[in-house]
Amino acid sequence: MTALSAPRMIRPRWLTLPLMVGVLLVLFWLLATVVAPLMTAHDPLDMVGRRLQPPSWDHLLGTDALGRDVLSRTLHGARHSIPIAVAVVILAVAIGASLGALAGFLGGLADTVIMRLVDVTLSFPPMLLAMAVAASLGPGLWNAAIAMVIVWWPVYARLMRAQVLEVREREHVEAAIASGATRTRVLTRHILPLCWTPVLISATMDLGQVILLAASLSFIGLGATPPTPEWGSMISDGAAQFYSWWVALGPGLAILTIVLGFNFIGDGLHDYFDPRSR
Amino acid sequence: MTRYILRRLIAMPFLVLGIVTLAFLLTTVTKGDPLTAIVSDRQLNNPEVVAAAKAKWGLDRSLPERYVIYVGNLLTGDMGTSFITRRPVAQDVLYRLPATMELVIAAMAVGATIGISLGVLAAYFRNTAIDHAARFFALFGSSIPVFWLGLALLYVFSVQWGILPGPGRLDARATPPPMVTGFMTVDTLMAGNVRLFLDAVWHLILPAFVLGWAVAGTISRLVRANMLEVLSREFILTARAKGAGEFRVVIRHALRNTLVPTLTVIGYSFAYLLTGAVLTETIFSWPGMGSYAVDAARGLDFPAIIGVTIVGGVIFLITNLLTDIAYVVANPRVRLG
Repeated sequence: MTALSAPRMIRPRWLTLPLMVGVLLVLFWLLATVVAPLMTAHDPLDMVGRRLQPPSWDHLLGTDALGRDVLSRTLHGARHSIPIAVAVVILAVAIGASLGALAGFLGGLADTVIMRLVDVTLSFPPMLLAMAVAASLGPGLWNAAIAMVIVWWPVYARLMRAQVLEVREREHVEAAIASGATRTRVLTRHILPLCWTPVLISATMDLGQVILLAASLSFIGLGATPPTPEWGSMISDGAAQFYSWWVALGPGLAILTIVLGFNFIGDGLHDYFDPRSR
Repeated sequence: MTRYILRRLIAMPFLVLGIVTLAFLLTTVTKGDPLTAIVSDRQLNNPEVVAAAKAKWGLDRSLPERYVIYVGNLLTGDMGTSFITRRPVAQDVLYRLPATMELVIAAMAVGATIGISLGVLAAYFRNTAIDHAARFFALFGSSIPVFWLGLALLYVFSVQWGILPGPGRLDARATPPPMVTGFMTVDTLMAGNVRLFLDAVWHLILPAFVLGWAVAGTISRLVRANMLEVLSREFILTARAKGAGEFRVVIRHALRNTLVPTLTVIGYSFAYLLTGAVLTETIFSWPGMGSYAVDAARGLDFPAIIGVTIVGGVIFLITNLLTDIAYVVANPRVRLG
């Protein structure tokens, strides 16, 4: 080892540059979620300047058609997009993983019913199904969230079922059953604890995609309602003001950076758990 | 293998029935009132008009009744009448399907070309700047919202530089050819109008690229992983030892051996393309199923929403089935569960 290569040794192998960038991007937006009001000079709903002003020192990303500050609205947008995405993933995991675990553990009729429901739900192109549900429930960010949960839970049901089927055959489960543990106890104490890791990893990686889907629904008018500073609907405002390019720039970069962040993290995790692809 | 294909085919009608049922149920648990789409605001207070509209559109029947009627009509190819266009939904969808297909196929071609090239380059130049750049390009494509990318590229290439056309399938001043297949590129050629054909291709470039980029990312990642594996095999060493050129080794020997998984991922990318088409069509004023679905969803046009969702689901089901069967046929070692 020469002295020159020494600094390289400090960084562990799994800590790749993309992973670090991903974590930084996500941390930035998490910070914005918590303290957006402290990071911005303007209220996201206030008309603080003339309408459709290009970027300037007063308004770094310009103003929109109602004279609101685009940068403030972009940063505040994190307070809608991120909690929604987290809530959607948590709910989808809760529903999907429970049903998947039951299907795998009980087998028989329960398995058939649950998995056919999964098959049918996964037979739809996700966006079309989400649109149909969101349209039925009516506009609003939380209705869009329900639509996304309905689209997303089967993914975790399949994953969890596969995990349970695999762990169920292990010897320690057999031992637990032989020593007289109840079925509930076998499932909750001996099987489930070994099934969570892949589900949680996949859920983390999906956060970016859920943010994208939520923004897409809002973009076509099925999610957030005005004047909520949500990224998708802000881009929709930008599309209406096509020649004022800065209106859509902020929210677009926001979605891009946070989804890229989650994808970088996902890629890093993937490389870590599957070193062949390095 | 025959048994596997048979079993999949037998399951199809049940899945389709499931799709129909779910689509129907979802749009009936609505809080939005479809009456607002049929009756004007002023007449909503007029009980006679409301009752007449309800009777006409079957909104006064009970849910099971409506379901049975809907499925019965569906079997005869009737998907009901759109509240907005006042035309049969089946006719609307058929009319708009080719535009979506043309866009999706073009996007698939773009995505596959870029994806395979990048995947091969990334694997061959593993862990070099080329590899990192290719991986970044791929990840970027699956992170960028298509509707924003579409807007940005339209602004730069069409408005600022003027080197690519704006939205639409043809120049707004051009007279479209008679609709035969609904594929603008085919119809213009059948009309014998080469200039119009080039215009149609010209208009396809941006939306196809916007839609294809994200798929390119998925494809390149898979091609890279498979190429890495194949390139380390011994027959590659043999080929090199026998004096085959590098290009020949990579394309003829290695890439050929990754074709099966590559074709599979291209087939599965269809779901993404249909999803992305909804948004891309909105941006590019593309008169396909996606923009129809968006209009229907915005206008609470439930017959149209159910219709589009069912058609989308069935197309998706068929492409996945074909992909699965192709995979099994090309790869007899796969164990069929």
